[in-house]
Amino acid sequence: MTAYRYDGTFAGFLTCVWDALERQTEPVEFLLTGGGASLWEERELAADEGRARRLYAALAKRVSPAFQALIARGFLTCLPQKELDLLALIRRGLREGDRVRLDLSDPVMARVNLALTKMWTEWDHLKGFVRFSELDGVLAGEIEPKNRVLPLLAPHFAARYSGERLALYDRTHHEIFLSDRGRWRLLPAEDFRMAPAGGRERAFRAMWRRYYQAIAIEGRLNPKCQSTHLPKRYRHVMTEFITDGEAERGLPPGQGSRPAER
Amino acid sequence: MEVMDKLAILADAAKYDAACTSSGVVRGARPGTIGTATNSGCCHTFSADGRCVSLLKVLYTNHCCYDCAYCVNRRSNDVPRTAFTPRELAELTIQFYRRNYIEGLFLSSAVLKSPDFTTERMIETLRLLRGEYRFNGYIHAKAIPGADPGLTYELGLLADRLSVNIELPSESSLRLLAPDKSRSAIFRPMAQIRDGAAQSTAELKLYRHAPRFAPAGQSTQMIVGATPESDRHILTLTEGLYRKYRLKRVFFSAYMPVSDHKGLPTPAGFKPPLLREHRLYQADWLLRFYGFTAEEILDESRPNFDAALDPKSDWALRHPEFFPVEVNRADYEAILRVPGIGIRGAKKIVAARRYGPLSFEGLKRLGVVMKRAQYFVTCSGRMLPGLRCGPDSVYRRLTGLEQAALGAGESWEQLSLFGGEGGTA
Repeated sequence: MTAYRYDGTFAGFLTCVWDALERQTEPVEFLLTGGGASLWEERELAADEGRARRLYAALAKRVSPAFQALIARGFLTCLPQKELDLLALIRRGLREGDRVRLDLSDPVMARVNLALTKMWTEWDHLKGFVRFSELDGVLAGEIEPKNRVLPLLAPHFAARYSGERLALYDRTHHEIFLSDRGRWRLLPAEDFRMAPAGGRERAFRAMWRRYYQAIAIEGRLNPKCQSTHLPKRYRHVMTEFITDGEAERGLPPGQGSRPAER
Repeated sequence: MEVMDKLAILADAAKYDAACTSSGVVRGARPGTIGTATNSGCCHTFSADGRCVSLLKVLYTNHCCYDCAYCVNRRSNDVPRTAFTPRELAELTIQFYRRNYIEGLFLSSAVLKSPDFTTERMIETLRLLRGEYRFNGYIHAKAIPGADPGLTYELGLLADRLSVNIELPSESSLRLLAPDKSRSAIFRPMAQIRDGAAQSTAELKLYRHAPRFAPAGQSTQMIVGATPESDRHILTLTEGLYRKYRLKRVFFSAYMPVSDHKGLPTPAGFKPPLLREHRLYQADWLLRFYGFTAEEILDESRPNFDAALDPKSDWALRHPEFFPVEVNRADYEAILRVPGIGIRGAKKIVAARRYGPLSFEGLKRLGVVMKRAQYFVTCSGRMLPGLRCGPDSVYRRLTGLEQAALGAGESWEQLSLFGGEGGTA
């Protein structure tokens, strides 16, 4: 009974997979460097870029590019112990080939697919729900997602605002997206605070709030329908649901958008 | 007047337009411009009535020379009037867009002086936005019935989607309530948009840089519940619009009591027919994505929807000969007809059964919800073990499920689930 301990990166995970395949071990859990202790015998591995790259390429070549994407995207989800499920899929994929992707009623596959569906939903939501403020010529914003969607949002916003400078901070995964006129990168960042907004920025926020109030039809008020489409956990960073004072004091913590428990 | 006040007045005046979609066109980043467009559109927020807000939806002006009884902006109504200038509106759109508040602009207008004069002001605004402000995002513009075809064409070259509202479902209702508009004045621009789009598509095959005319197609809207047409009449009209005018969407809007005109329902105690609107949207989905015809959904013997049941379940109960459907063998089209199984479910079933036969347990793991479907399917020749039912009990259980889903409680008038129509799909 082994527990793998790694640095939380995709390369680190693939290094563990390589090890598990080579030693033909069936790990019982995955832990992060610096996290709590395990009941099981631990095996700590440092990320090995070379092995990770070779294994990653093999997923496309020996199984299929779509299978490779499934594993890479699956790693961004907040599914608890996703590493175990992804490892099981990789084993099956290498053994059975791309057919595995059709086995949608398999419990592991079903679990990963459900987690992916939820992640894409969150990505789709955030493409619309992200709010930027213009601060010293930079459009800046914050999100607090359950899944690690920032790498997936990055190309969308970089293309949409290809003439702007952007900064978008992920408070859950402590990561920041920076874009300078279409050229972008992601960096780890422990903390991020938005500067107070100037008068012009406040004026546009106020106009947006006024617009938001004006378009609702009183005869059809429907908070339940509204919450179905726009869950409350997104609202604490959305201009139309907060006051300038709240934005200034720093954003209040969201509800339930913590990283998956390990 | 401050821009803030204009915005409040002209957004308030535009809110009865149901469409707020930004779908139907894909446009990547272009150097030197701002904005992109995606095929499925994008909702940026949801208003307190639960509707998707995708575009900055405003009127250019609410000064109107018409007097349509069902409209808040009619000449005889006493409301504050104002108009944007093209620059104010272009600036507002860009600043909202940069902050990711919106996906683009939905520009409509009341008829200021004449249809031509109004369309010219709209063109001026869009030209400023596309030209000087280099806006590459989504624009939906309303074609004004009665405007010169040359102007409507110019509007279509600047916008992604055009729409003309047919307002009321029949000519007699239109004559009664909208004396300044005629049915032919509404259908003329609709045909022009259809032909313009077809011609543009043909030209684009020949020249890569041919001008693109309304690439996201056209939509329309009609008011439901202000006039006496049956559901069947409305649905058949809708089907005809999709076929004849190749519309992308038809929107329905439950009448809100905005006037005490004698031809309209009395405002006192009037409840907007939200359930009816919901049923029409459900049937509209069946027309567009599920391969149903209007005649199958409602016919002469049944001209109106069953309030207690969704149209798909209703059809299934009236066609026992079609069921049960064997999930391991039936065509995709047949699986789509099963109540409770949607496009995604049907696709998953067809994919997953290529791996091996599906059991009821497997269907559940796929994410197919069996609450409704269980009465209509078999897995490898067997019904769900332990399921006992006759036609009456199935009707009772389905209506029970529907009531719970709508949150209707005791009364069909208290609805909480819907209002989300006009989304991005």
